[in-house]
This record gives sequence, C-alpha cells and structure tokens, in this order.
Amino acid sequence: MTPPQTHLIYVIRGSRARALPDRALVNCQYSSATFSTGERKRRPHGDRKSCEMGLQLRQTFEAAILTQLHPRSQIDIYVQVLQADGGTYAACVNAATLAVMDAGIPMRDFVCACSAGFVDGTALADLSHVEEAAGGPQLALALLPASGQIALLEMDARLHEDHLEQVLEAAARAARDVHTLLDRVVRQHVHEASILLGD
Amino acid sequence: MKETPLSNCERRFLLRAIEEKKRLDGRQTYDYRNIKISFGTDYGCCVVELGKTRVLGQVSCELVSPKLNRATEGILFFNLELSQMAAPAFEPGRQSDLLVKLNRLLERCLRNSKCIDTESLCVVAGEKVWQIRVDLHLLNHDGNIIDAASIAAIVALCHFRRPDVSVQGDEVTLYTPEERDPVPLSIHHMPICVSFAFFQQGTYLLVDPNEREERVMDGLLVLAMNKHREICTIQSSGGIMLLKEQVLRCSKIAGVKVAEITELIQKALENDQKVRKEGGKFGFAESIANQRITAFKMEKAPIDTSDVEEKAEEIIAEAEPPSEVVSKPVLWTPGTAQIGEGIENSWGDLEDSEKEDEDEGGSDEAIILDSITMDTGVEVSNIGSQDAPIVLSDSEEEEMIILEPDKNPKKIRTKTISAKQEKAPSKKPVKKRKKKRPAN
Repeated sequence: MTPPQTHLIYVIRGSRARALPDRALVNCQYSSATFSTGERKRRPHGDRKSCEMGLQLRQTFEAAILTQLHPRSQIDIYVQVLQADGGTYAACVNAATLAVMDAGIPMRDFVCACSAGFVDGTALADLSHVEEAAGGPQLALALLPASGQIALLEMDARLHEDHLEQVLEAAARAARDVHTLLDRVVRQHVHEASILLGD
Repeated sequence: MKETPLSNCERRFLLRAIEEKKRLDGRQTYDYRNIKISFGTDYGCCVVELGKTRVLGQVSCELVSPKLNRATEGILFFNLELSQMAAPAFEPGRQSDLLVKLNRLLERCLRNSKCIDTESLCVVAGEKVWQIRVDLHLLNHDGNIIDAASIAAIVALCHFRRPDVSVQGDEVTLYTPEERDPVPLSIHHMPICVSFAFFQQGTYLLVDPNEREERVMDGLLVLAMNKHREICTIQSSGGIMLLKEQVLRCSKIAGVKVAEITELIQKALENDQKVRKEGGKFGFAESIANQRITAFKMEKAPIDTSDVEEKAEEIIAEAEPPSEVVSKPVLWTPGTAQIGEGIENSWGDLEDSEKEDEDEGGSDEAIILDSITMDTGVEVSNIGSQDAPIVLSDSEEEEMIILEPDKNPKKIRTKTISAKQEKAPSKKPVKKRKKKRPAN
C-alpha cells in the first residue's frame, strides 16, 4: 500500500462548556483547499460535500471516542486537505485518529480507514485518484481493528452483491495494515517524547 | 417547534417489544408497510405513500449549456425538501444535518449509480444539453424518509417524458408535445433504497422503521440495490458498530425486498400507461377518491387469531363456575309464576332518607325553639306534619314548603321577640332545603 499523498492539518480543542450533560459533543469540519486537486476548484465552505464529510467524520468519532468521560465539553476536529490523490475520507480518519491520540483524548481503539474498489474482477485496496475517476465501485470503510467492528461503511456506484464480501475483506485487511503502521508510529513518537523529557 | 421528546416508558416499551420480535403495527421484522403509488396528470409527477410517509416527486427539464469538463453529458439535479407540514420539528432553519444527509444519499444513489443515461441527454455537444431536475417534497413524516424518497424519485423519472428534439446540421428543433409525442428518459436500472434500523447495539434489526422506531434506534444502515442484485449505495449512519456478517445478511434481505418493490413500481407504471392510452381519467383527483368522508373505508388490519381458541379454552378451564342460582319456578295461580326470589326493593331507601331529613329538621327546630311558647312549637310541628303528604310535583326538590302567614297576629304585635322567633323557624327549613340542592 503506497503512502497516501493526502496531507492534512488537524486541530483538536477540548473542554468547552457545551450542551450535553452526560457526554462530550464531537464536532467535525472538513475543508478542502482549492489547490488540492488537479484542477483548481473553488469550494465554498458550506457546500454539501464538505458538510457530508464532516457529518461522517463526526459519526465515526462519536462512536470511537469515550465521550462519557468528558461531560459538558466539546471536542472540535478540523481537517484541511492540502493534496488529494484519492481516498480522502480514509486519510482524514487516519489523521484524525492520530490527532485525537496526540491530544490525549481517550478512545476505544484506533480508528483505521481504507478505501477499496473493484476493477475487472479483482478487489483493489486504497484507490488513487485515477482509479476513483474511472467510475467503478468504491467503498470506504472505517474499522476498529481489535474487535473488527465497522464504524462507518460507505459505498458508491454499482457493485454486484456477490462481490461485496470480497471487497469488504480487502478493505478490512488494508485497514488492519494501516493499524500496524499507526501503532508503530505512535509508539515511536511516545518513545521520542519520553527521551526528550529526560526520563 | 422543537421535537417533543420521547418519554422513557414509551422508549422502554418499544425496545421490549422489539426484543420480543413484535412491532407496534403488527408487522414482522422484515416487512415493509403498504406502498401506494399514484400519478398526477403531468408526466413526471407522482406521490408515493409508504404507510403514512408521503413524498411528492416532480421531474422537469430544461435546455442548458453543459458543464465544462463534461461537455457531452446531460445534467441531473436532485433536491429533497422537508416541508414544514411533514412534522412540527421541521423548521426552515433547523433541518440542516438531516437534509444534507438525505440529499447526499439520494444524489449518490441515483447519480453515481448511473441509472439514467446522461449521454442520451446531450443535444449539441458542448452547447446544449438537457438538465433534468427532480424535486422531492416530503409531505408527511412517519419514518423512513429515504426509502419513500428514492422510490418517488425513480418512479417520477420513469414516468417523465421530455420534449422531442431533432438536430439538422446547426439547427436544433424543439417540438412541442402537440407536434410530436414526448420521449421517455433512457433508464438503465432502478435503484431502490432499503433501510435497516439497529437496536441494542446491533442485536436486533428491523426493516422499514416507522417514526417511533426511528426515535429509539441506535443506528441506520441504508442499502440501495436494483433488481439485478447490484448494490448501488451503502451508507451506515448513527454511530452503530457493524460486523461484516450483518452487512452481508442485510444485503441479502435487501435483494428480496427490492425485487418486490420493483415489481410494484412496474405494475403501477403500466396501469397508468394503460389508463392514459384508453383515454380514461387519470391524475390525483382519481386516486384520492377513496379518502372522502362519505366513503369511509378502514384498511383491514390482519390479526393473528391462531391461538385464540386455545386461550379461550384455557380461560374457561381456569375460571370458577358460577354459583347455583337457578331455582325452580313456582306457580301461584294460572298466569302467575315466580322464579327465584328477588332482592329487596332498593327504592325504598330513598323515601326513608327523605323522611329522616324531615325528622332531623323538625328535631333541630324543636331544640332551637325550646324557649318559645307552645303555640309556635305546635305551628312548627304542623308545618312539619303538613309537608309529608303534600307532594306537589316530581321536581328535584325533595320537599316544598308552603310558608303560611302567622296564625296568631296578636302575638306578633305584642311580643316582638316571639314573632322574630316565629319567623326564624320558617326560615330555617328553607335554608335546610337549599343545602340539599347544591347542584341547582
């Protein structure tokens, strides 16, 4: 799996006084820079696709973050895409997972996401922009690797029912690979940070 | 208006019922509500009723210049609106999240799945293409908006006829419906959304949730399929954790449901086609006729009576038999017989109570008027005794007292005290009687 060329900036802010008395409110906003795709596209801030992406990220993280531990506070996750080469939702989820972990907010498990598609009878994982534009079916899957539970499942374009299992399996396998990568990165970061703090 | 919150007992009741595999309207877990499709007089206008959820769909078309990066393709535009009449919670400013979600889902289901051949909508490449606009309005919200909306959209698209166009060299001729018959759109397949509601962290699942069930559900999985068993869209929402097996099982169920619904749609379209061809009446005015008050018709609700007999037998077996009451008839004289003994006439109680009141009144007066001379006492008792046989009417008043003028006028002149006291007793019974008629 090639490393994604989608760059993200993330911001996590916590503990603001807010509505829900028993748990935290998770708020996600997605924004895509005009220079992120091949053609320069001016995207107004509140357009439907960004809204939808924000809602989906929110749904994913509401399920993964232990919101009961932070009542009456709000967790904002802002994602800005600098360069998009396919699989933007998956990249957003992976980056946001690292950000939430870095911020110290407790989560059930890593949330690892990957996209998958189906071309010429083979299931492909992690589609690039060219493969997405070809118009075949695309699946985006966000997974909690330890339990195998699917936090979000989204699919576009026509895929025959019989191939669904194949594609799901490919996406799940790729998400687990992402998990090993993320795990390694987090441990390395913690190791370096502890060295710097001089323990 | 803010949505009224669901009470805890209602929530618990619904969840318990779902655990026992029972739904409030008597459906099974995989049953859809009744789907009713009616068409308007214009081509491309339809109303779909899924139970009580109603969606109106209207398709319109226009010639526009195409998008720059897709010069040879027509444009499809979908718009779902949650009308304020659908539910009191839908206010113009408040709907954004739900609206975005539904609209995006519909767009992905119908546009990305390429159910309509957009190439056929091209008139002059790079200059003129058809823009097809589908407007959906939610008229009543009783759960499962997305299914009803997707059915309405696809039915409206299938029903729609666009004006015929011919291109000769540089000339483009647009024919009116009178000159040439309008042409239907070329539709490859019909994607239909099927919603699955999950409860208790994914343990229980229901197809086609109604509004109450939607309020208590944990999450929703929407699968759009066509009758060729191709999945067009999957969308999970609501923060439930799914397992792969659940998704696969849902896709199998959805396949079955979509086949049924597609058949229904085909039949409805054919019927409408037939009626229009034969010159019969068509349109909403015809299809809503049943709902007049003068033609009141209740839909038959199927009730499960399979175990009624056993239950009835159980109840009879466990119940105590009634006590022996039947006695033999006794013939007194020819023409007069008696069966059993009746209970005492309870009407007698009422007269007794009236008499008791009189006596009380009389006794009260007797006590108060101790100091008064014997004459007045006699008068009082006379009044009291006179009341009993006098029954003037059967009004609600228990007694009527006739106030007679004092029989000893001399006493009034000489002994004012006694006169006052005489008047007092006459007043007292009146007061007493008034007390007895509080309702009047």
